[in-house]
Amino acid sequence: MTLPYDPSWENAGDAPMLCVRGVRTYYGSIMALRGVDLDVYAGEIVTMIGANGAGKSTLMMTICGDPAARTGSIHFEGRDITRMPTHDIARLKIAQSPEGRRIFPRMTVLENLQMGAGLADPRHFDDDLNYVTSLFPRLRERLHQRGGTLSGGEQQMLAIARALMSRPKLLLLDEPSLGLAPLIVKQIFEVIAEINQRDGVTIFLVEQNAYHALRLAHRAYVMVNGVITMSGAGAELLRSPEVREAYLEGGRH
Amino acid sequence: MVGTGKRREPADLQASPGFLGAVKDAGFLALLTFGLSFPLVAFNAYQHLTAGLILEPRWGLVAWACGIAFFARLAWNLFGGYISRGGSAAIGAMSSLGSRTGLSVNHIRWIGLIWLLSYPFLAVALAGPGGALKWIDNFGIQILIYVMLGWGLNIVVGLAGLLDLGYVAFYAVGAYSTALLSTTFGFSFWLCLPLAGIFAAFWGILLGFPVLRLRGDYLAIVTLAFGEIIRLVLINWVDVTGGAAGISGIPRPTFFGIPFNASDEGFAATFGLTFTPLHRLFFLFYLILAMALLTNWITVRLRKLPIGRAWEALREDEIACRSLGIDTVLTKLTAFSIGAMFGGFAGAFFAARLGFISPKSFEFMESAVILSIVVLGGMGSQIGVAIAAIAMIGGTEILRELGFLKALFGPAFDPAQYRMLVFGLAMVGMMVWRPRGLISKREPSIFLREKKAISGALVKEGHG
Repeated sequence: MTLPYDPSWENAGDAPMLCVRGVRTYYGSIMALRGVDLDVYAGEIVTMIGANGAGKSTLMMTICGDPAARTGSIHFEGRDITRMPTHDIARLKIAQSPEGRRIFPRMTVLENLQMGAGLADPRHFDDDLNYVTSLFPRLRERLHQRGGTLSGGEQQMLAIARALMSRPKLLLLDEPSLGLAPLIVKQIFEVIAEINQRDGVTIFLVEQNAYHALRLAHRAYVMVNGVITMSGAGAELLRSPEVREAYLEGGRH
Repeated sequence: MVGTGKRREPADLQASPGFLGAVKDAGFLALLTFGLSFPLVAFNAYQHLTAGLILEPRWGLVAWACGIAFFARLAWNLFGGYISRGGSAAIGAMSSLGSRTGLSVNHIRWIGLIWLLSYPFLAVALAGPGGALKWIDNFGIQILIYVMLGWGLNIVVGLAGLLDLGYVAFYAVGAYSTALLSTTFGFSFWLCLPLAGIFAAFWGILLGFPVLRLRGDYLAIVTLAFGEIIRLVLINWVDVTGGAAGISGIPRPTFFGIPFNASDEGFAATFGLTFTPLHRLFFLFYLILAMALLTNWITVRLRKLPIGRAWEALREDEIACRSLGIDTVLTKLTAFSIGAMFGGFAGAFFAARLGFISPKSFEFMESAVILSIVVLGGMGSQIGVAIAAIAMIGGTEILRELGFLKALFGPAFDPAQYRMLVFGLAMVGMMVWRPRGLISKREPSIFLREKKAISGALVKEGHG
């Protein structure tokens, strides 16, 4: 599962797919992001690790325009999306599996997936449905079950599957391991690797589970109190004593 | 409910110390009732013409209240388990009636439709031409208006999850636009009907804009205020709306131009029938039935379209909606305006049916009744809303029929005055036995048509 660090990902000639520059986001008068710079290149898995309240989810939401950045800029494929409304950003094929999963509890699994496919060509629906249910066979068994009756792990799978239904170019995952058993976390991370390697979906992953996230990612950033303090290859950060001390002590989990 | 937890067999009730506990508990409640009724009921202050303010003690009433509280609580403590179980069993039996008799939802739908279509004729056959007036007008038409209003509000509250406490405002907009357009410009009902819908939808959008960012309690408060604003404008803008006196002389709907009257050009004369007021009622009944069914049909269709799915997703999770590329602003506005449009249609019908409207018909109580119909029926369930409307509006009308109770309680007793009490009891019963509404099942809007999966290996060489 661990991918060797390939320097070609940081190919200076290519423009990054997602380019975040000097972003500051506020909640009222409180500055949650204090000038964040970040790049995600096409085909990469990039992860951001950090403690609770570091601003990881805020960055995720800022990329989606809710709340929008007060200063700085966010470009996706060369287009300025800093102040675009969230639904227009989604139409550029940036799909998000939000924090806390946020599936539609009273709708069936199939309806949830259908909602995710709203932006895709309806002719692809059957193919895409087959594709996501082959990634998560558990969902196929539960297609007509209400979303709210799924277990936490299945809900996470549904959230990722729903995001994939729009055939995204960039997939944003906010803490897919949250509250899940280690075995399920491992399964989900395997699928994330598969989506990226086999199907070429670019992934930006926000995680607290630093061990899994760093093993998976090509590149990684560490965020502390709304600023990025470290960045580098995933494997490199995994070895770095600062990261080990701050995020990995207490055992690999 | 404390009583539900302690379910005992009646045989050991007398012997067990629980009986004493039950009496104590009931005694405590009686004391509480005394404490509450002392300031509220015990003294009646009224203005006497000569002697000024008179304070009249009413200890008899207080004793009654305490006695009722004591015995009701005692009965609940002792037999509450049976009542509760009996209620659940009865409701369970009602809901499983269909499956036990082998009736599918489809059957019930057709039986209901045939029943509705033949209802006026049945009423005439069973109650005679004179008695049928009441049954068609007070029961049939009145209930169908609320069914339609319930279905309209169901789009906003049940599907889109936007708690709207001012729905009656759109009903009022529809009614007043019909009244004003027909009395001022002489527009016919058939022209007023679509215009009323358009105006109401416009007001729906107007309400929608300021409340776009609100949800839940805050939205409820603002919509409540909106309903009151509309009502106050209707009362105070006397030049246009006639104020509290309302607007009268609204032309009745015609049968595509043929009026329902005893004249030579009237409906009866045109079709060679003898004139009776039943003709108009039959027509109104089928008109509101058609309008209600149209509302239902459109709603059911919309639910299967992207916009309807977006409404439901919005009810479930707004943030997820936005991240999936749904324009929540547009989604909310369409829900408000389409829901309001049906309210406007119903209002137009209401104005034309009575020929007279006043702000009295559009008070907050109406919004509350329509909302309770939606909540009792089960949010989002079309058939549940219809059943709840029949129970609530039909129930209210039946109370008026209970005149014989006067023989029991004296001539001053008016059962219709107890409407709210029955209403409240029904609500409590529902919350205990059916907290998610009568029909809490939600029908998915999409099923997977399992295609017969024939593997490629089989069809490849003439094996398929």
